[in-house]
Amino acid sequence: MDFNIKTMAEYAAEGKSPEVLFWVGCAGSFDDRAKKITKAFCKILNKIGVEFAVLGQEESCTGDPAKRAGNEFVFQMMALTNIEVLNAYEVKKIVTACPHCFNTLKNEYPSLGGNFEVVHHTQFLKKLMEEGRLKIEGGAFKGKKITFHDPCYLGRANDEYEAPRMLLEKLDAELVEMKRCKTNGLCCGAGGAQMFKEPEKGNKDINVERTEEALSFEPKIIATGCPFCNTMMTDGVKHFNKNTEVEVKDIVELLAEAEDL
Amino acid sequence: MQYIDNIIFLILLVAGFGLFAKSLSKIYRNIRLGREINRSDHKAERWETMARVAMGQSKMVKRPVAGILHLFVYVGFVIINIELVEIIVDGIFGTHRFLSSIFGHSFYNFFTATLEILALLVIIGVVVFFIRRNFYGVKRLTMKELFGWPKHDANWILIIEFALMMAFFKMNTADWVLQQRGLLPEHGSFPISSTFLAPIFNNFSDSVLFFTEKAAWWFHFAGILFFMNYLYYSKHLHIILAFPSTWFANLNKKGKFNNLESVTKEIKLMMDPNADPYAAPAEGAEADVPSKFGAEDVFDLNQVQLLNAYSCTECGRCTSVCPANITGKKLSPRLILMKTRDRLEEVGRNIDKNGKFVDDGKKLLNDYVTKEELWACTTCNACTEACPILLDPLSIIFEMRRFLVMEQSAAPQELNLMMTNVENNAAPWQYNQADRLNWAND
Ligand code: SF4
Ligand code: SF4
Repeated sequence: MDFNIKTMAEYAAEGKSPEVLFWVGCAGSFDDRAKKITKAFCKILNKIGVEFAVLGQEESCTGDPAKRAGNEFVFQMMALTNIEVLNAYEVKKIVTACPHCFNTLKNEYPSLGGNFEVVHHTQFLKKLMEEGRLKIEGGAFKGKKITFHDPCYLGRANDEYEAPRMLLEKLDAELVEMKRCKTNGLCCGAGGAQMFKEPEKGNKDINVERTEEALSFEPKIIATGCPFCNTMMTDGVKHFNKNTEVEVKDIVELLAEAEDL
Repeated sequence: MQYIDNIIFLILLVAGFGLFAKSLSKIYRNIRLGREINRSDHKAERWETMARVAMGQSKMVKRPVAGILHLFVYVGFVIINIELVEIIVDGIFGTHRFLSSIFGHSFYNFFTATLEILALLVIIGVVVFFIRRNFYGVKRLTMKELFGWPKHDANWILIIEFALMMAFFKMNTADWVLQQRGLLPEHGSFPISSTFLAPIFNNFSDSVLFFTEKAAWWFHFAGILFFMNYLYYSKHLHIILAFPSTWFANLNKKGKFNNLESVTKEIKLMMDPNADPYAAPAEGAEADVPSKFGAEDVFDLNQVQLLNAYSCTECGRCTSVCPANITGKKLSPRLILMKTRDRLEEVGRNIDKNGKFVDDGKKLLNDYVTKEELWACTTCNACTEACPILLDPLSIIFEMRRFLVMEQSAAPQELNLMMTNVENNAAPWQYNQADRLNWAND
């Protein structure tokens, strides 16, 4: 299926504004694995006819990794630039598939002058489902074991545990919870700018610890809701040589698959 | 000479409370060494949080065994306080079981019986805690970072509580037996003492019983004063400071980290093409620019963070869920708070000695907390979620990272690369911003 991707600039040129701005994020734009998540999400939006736009070249990093590494200068430079762009387009609503972008846009931009309604893609799709715009038939996953890894920046950081689970339930799969889930979820090891450096010395890597826990349930699929978690868990699965048996997939990828998109 | 008891009592009372007030004022002074922070918004929500978390111990139920035992011991602490009222009046005026004259017969019976049952629960709680801590091996309670004072401290308090409760029972039993013999007026009901200890006490002579009752009463009183003054040297300060700590807790979403205002101003100036970069700062503008970014020492932390350091129970719930710690890295959020408190105490002693702080060549960063610990944090907030009294070790870690990066440019090399990329390419990787939409055509 072909995409239909329009930028904010194109909408503006037509004198229109979309229902929602899709904030793609750096991982979603550049990381080969995460790009698949981006595309899956766009396919779903296209299919149900949600009018959305991306910023494209006008998008910058939200500044999250710089901020959490401790560099407030670089963070605010990004934030203030982004806010200027967003405000110029009079953006009201933003959806993003990255919990780090989500958190930063939602919580840290307002006091810098960026006030938007920001939702995570799972929250957005949940809403669409409740409104009857999105319908999922779960046939493809019937009876398959799926476990969901809570992203820290969606879960503990913003108290959203239900939206991803509600979508997964629609797949008709067998959802198993890890012992460390929801408020007790264990980090994948990527947050706080850890993604961009070698871990400090220890007994093992955090993603290995986390994947071990997930694999102990012998799931067919480890579901994620964050491109960084996705990478970490994928690496973890490879570490245990299970990559032929167990898939790591973002929730939107599963939904797109269920719909055969 | 007949007032000698009352006089000794008064002297002890004043000295005990006086010393305690002195310790508290020292803590207050030390906390005020930190930066001011405004946490006086949402008062209703703050009171509610404090009532629920500190008084109602709502976060303790997550671990039911520890939770229920802790509740016993906590209730015991409350008893001690109610008891204290009666003890003080009796002690000053030489009365006996003063509250009975106010409560009336049946209510006083009910009151004393309740206290006895609670005291028994305390004893159960304390004994199980002692076993758990010393023989049973709950990991977070037996970690290396607790060796030395923290471990002794925990045990001491259990022993003191045990002794206090035993004194309480001895006093009641002696009293009850004397009441049965018609030698003391009948006040109160003592279900535990009269059933379990009375059979032994029945064999004692009147004078031994009178002596035991008095001795236990004095022990109980002196014990409470001791306990109170011991708090300052102990993690058990949390029985007091859990209240302000929960009241001043961060009410924002956990993912929301503060934005430094001074930085905003500077960047806005940079971005504003009309701004004159050489213009002198406006009058008074200098004052609200902090002297440095982030935290290097306790003075750079805010007052709530310092209050947190004094409030920490060293229970290790934070450390036991920290992904870095679980996987063997040096970081332990509990230890971050313990070290912050140690450093703050050191600074306090320095001030006591010199009248003001004289540079001792040490800093919280590096001398207490190492970079290796700081860089291991994933900012996942597991620690802040786990803390039963809403402390925030992560915020301290984060402030110290800020110092490392913004004041010392001392980030790991890979992070420097990432930050340069963000700055130059608007992405943490070395891709061109112009390629941001390439995925759509792949
Ligand atoms: S936020 Fe940092 S210190 Fe706290 S649990 Fe997570 S990694 Fe550990
Ligand atoms: S910070 Fe909280 S959870 Fe951690 S040891 Fe202290 S009291 Fe316990």
